[in-house]
Amino acid sequence: MALSKQEIEYIAHLARLEIDQGEIPDYEAKLGKIIDFINDLEHADTADLLPMAHPLAMNQRLRADEVTETDERDYLQANASKISGGLYVVPRVIE
Amino acid sequence: MQWETVIGLEIHAQLATHSKIFSGASTAYGAEPNTQACLVSLGYPGVLPVLNREVVVMAARFGMAIGANVSQRSVFARKNYFYPDLPKGYQISQLELPIVEGGHIDIVLEDGTEKRINLTRAHLEEDAGKSMHENMEGQTGIDLNRAGTPLLEIVSEPELSSAKEAVAYMRRIHQLVRYIGISDGNMQEGSFRCDANVSVRPVAQAELGTRAELKNLNSFRFIEKAINLEVERQIELIEDGGKVVQETRLYDSDRDETRSMRSKEEANDYRYFPDPDLLPVVLDDEFLQAARESLPELPQAKAQRFMSEYSLKAADVELLTAARATADYFEAVTAEIDDPKMAANWVSGELSAALNRDNLEIEVSKIDAASLAGLLKRIQDNTISGKIAKDVFAAMWEEGGDADSIIDSKGLKQITDTGALETIVDQVIADNPDQVEQFRAGKEKVLGFLVGQIMKASQGKANPGQVNQILRTKLST
Repeated sequence: MALSKQEIEYIAHLARLEIDQGEIPDYEAKLGKIIDFINDLEHADTADLLPMAHPLAMNQRLRADEVTETDERDYLQANASKISGGLYVVPRVIE
Repeated sequence: MQWETVIGLEIHAQLATHSKIFSGASTAYGAEPNTQACLVSLGYPGVLPVLNREVVVMAARFGMAIGANVSQRSVFARKNYFYPDLPKGYQISQLELPIVEGGHIDIVLEDGTEKRINLTRAHLEEDAGKSMHENMEGQTGIDLNRAGTPLLEIVSEPELSSAKEAVAYMRRIHQLVRYIGISDGNMQEGSFRCDANVSVRPVAQAELGTRAELKNLNSFRFIEKAINLEVERQIELIEDGGKVVQETRLYDSDRDETRSMRSKEEANDYRYFPDPDLLPVVLDDEFLQAARESLPELPQAKAQRFMSEYSLKAADVELLTAARATADYFEAVTAEIDDPKMAANWVSGELSAALNRDNLEIEVSKIDAASLAGLLKRIQDNTISGKIAKDVFAAMWEEGGDADSIIDSKGLKQITDTGALETIVDQVIADNPDQVEQFRAGKEKVLGFLVGQIMKASQGKANPGQVNQILRTKLST
């Protein structure tokens, strides 16, 4: 099943990817193959199967409620492109 | 046309853990920006979430308290969206298999009747960071201390039919989460906040109207105002031939209006899927049993017990059981003085007034339960009158110290020496011949005046019962 040009653009927008118009046919073909594969899976008989949330047949381990992390702000903020007064600075997000 | 309002609430309660839901960073409020933002909070590549056991216990406790099904198997999912306060690009939440399903809360309506509100679910998720726009020179500052703080999102069925009902429901949930010790419920600090889904429909129409979502309502007063405004707006819009759009709206308390935040159409495409970094959470019977045993007496059960065990009126009980700390305080006082009525009157009277005046919670009351009991014992043994006790209370509140030392140092001990009292009574009789004459002529009311004069002459230290007796004896001879 092929995706429309609009669907490709919408998916790119949701993923915040900037794509060239010229790349769209390539994405159409590749994403179409993934959709086809999922469609094939739809034919499998799963009537007697429990839905699987994780490929490992294990349960989540729980940790004790203890503070184990220390303040590493200076070290971590050395990676930031802009900081101010301890805050990470980003382009304005509201009008 | 007659309109009907339909409201569903999504309440976010921050869970009162020491560390975050998926990392060992502190959740303490008010720290310097980003000093509690570890690699997991910052969404660094390669880090893995490890679930906090206490968060699961707290959610289970909540489920049990509302008679819900606590799922023995629940799954975490990724909710994908981009916003700078969520550096991973997704929020870890729960979708298809939440930890709590169903349950109910009974609210009391204005006319005194009860209404049962069903809950859809309650699920665990992580909080996002905070964005600051003030003094940022047109940019936005991000503090990720809050990112990863555990939240329990509590979702009601759309069964609330007025702003008042919504507030009553929210108050009950607020009371409950504090009772069972899973959230501090501090609304100023954002530990307890709510989104309201509001729609209107013509009475008798089965189908729900299009809803608008009111975001981040963080006070009971604002919730009521915002819902009422939104209902009015929707009715006017439809009656003028318009259509309600599904959208997120923000309540502006300064302008007292709700306004559109963003169109939900696109924001809603969260593309949930099970988080591959987290395995299914499986709770065995032993775990659930331990959670059940950690539940304290619940508010409504406590209220019932207070009515039967202490023979208190419903209105007193409502106040005394509103918060667990208040109920504990009351029980500590009454255990000491063995007089529930007196304890109730003082806790809901003088003590509550003083706490309100100083804007204090009962946990940090300037007079603790033992000290209040000490004061009330002096009323019981006639050392002081109830009226003087209020002065002693005020002195204890302002200056500290126990009742006995204040009574001593201020010389407030009641005059119980009959000889001394008789002298004062004789003086008052002599000073008020007209009133004495009136009383003897049958005007009973005058007695109150004379008692008042005697109390005044004794600077409040006479025992009113004793004064009455002596006065009557003297006037009848």
